[in-house]
Amino acid sequence: MTRMIPHPLLSALLVLMWLLLTRFSMGNLVLGSIIALAAGWSVEHLHPSRPRIRRWRAIPQLMAIVIWDILKSNISVARVLLLGPDHPAYHSGFVELDLQLREQNGLAVLAIILTATPGTAWLEYDAEQSHLTLHVLDLRSEADWQALIRDRYEALLMEIFE
Amino acid sequence: MSALILEYALSYAQIAMVAALCLACLRMIRGPRAQDRVLALDTMYINAMLLFLLIGMGNGNVFFFEGALVIAVLGFVTTVCAAKFLMRGEVIE
Amino acid sequence: MTHLHQLPPVAAVLIAIFVVLGSSLALLGSLGLVRLKSFYQRLHAPTLAYSYGTLLIILGSMAMFSLIEERPVVHEIIIGVFMMITTPITLLMLGRASLRRDRDAKLGHDERVPPRTRATDAAKPPAPDQAAPR
Repeated sequence: MTRMIPHPLLSALLVLMWLLLTRFSMGNLVLGSIIALAAGWSVEHLHPSRPRIRRWRAIPQLMAIVIWDILKSNISVARVLLLGPDHPAYHSGFVELDLQLREQNGLAVLAIILTATPGTAWLEYDAEQSHLTLHVLDLRSEADWQALIRDRYEALLMEIFE
Repeated sequence: MSALILEYALSYAQIAMVAALCLACLRMIRGPRAQDRVLALDTMYINAMLLFLLIGMGNGNVFFFEGALVIAVLGFVTTVCAAKFLMRGEVIE
Repeated sequence: MTHLHQLPPVAAVLIAIFVVLGSSLALLGSLGLVRLKSFYQRLHAPTLAYSYGTLLIILGSMAMFSLIEERPVVHEIIIGVFMMITTPITLLMLGRASLRRDRDAKLGHDERVPPRTRATDAAKPPAPDQAAPR
């Protein structure tokens, strides 16, 4: 099973994508399965660290939190852009934090979350010291951001991946 | 009546996307440094993709979607290559 | 635009709201690209178009074609997933590239950026793989 289909989740998603792009028919299903299997084998040769998901139940919770946070920060960044860059109510700056999350796939998900949220940009991550540099558009205080990221995202991600 | 509202909304959205394209182009021309220009180019790709989707909605043609997908893929590859070039001074090492 | 008359009125108004909000967000993002002062601030502006601008327009498009063709048309979701995966990569690489360029003394910089390591670690000798030329 694992020799034939090295990445079952990836292959299933690729078949689904192929069927969405074309219309559903038996021929498309077979062709999509072949492409998905070939993609799974070629990914196997790249040797990524295989994600091991511990708690599936935390994933919808994380998704709901992320969607809500992105909506909130969209509104706040839109307000900043409308008021103009010289408004005294906010100022931007760099934030440096220490992360406890070490697992690679979890870090990738955290990078996606922080970059997709308007108002925070992931700039640099030092793997040896697990030290992260962010740029924040509406800076309140550095400790505030550290607490926000640690409590909101990092705890859930560590529950899912570690 | 409601079709008329949707027609106006789509026209507004298309004009807004063209305006967004012009603003991003302005930043690309003015941009003091290379990374500003690359960021503006990436924004232009995304705005062009959204404009394609909106034109497809206005014409009732599903095939503009394929064009939008191609623009999205091209934009990603272009920006990654440009960022890589800015970081290292060469694309393939 | 005759195909628009096939839509039920409530759906047409909802799609109109989605499309107007999404394109306004994208326009605001580009406006921010022009208005903001430094590169790192400008890095935040297009994420408006990347996140909810794209999402709202995709939702409007999906709803419209599904109602017109009377079958679920969901292939726009591929653009959404593609944007969700690729946007962090491009923005992260651009941010890292500009950070590296700003630290390079020869190029000069327009904003003070944090150094490679923190002040507490400055006494330690750099790790061998960092010191080695790439």
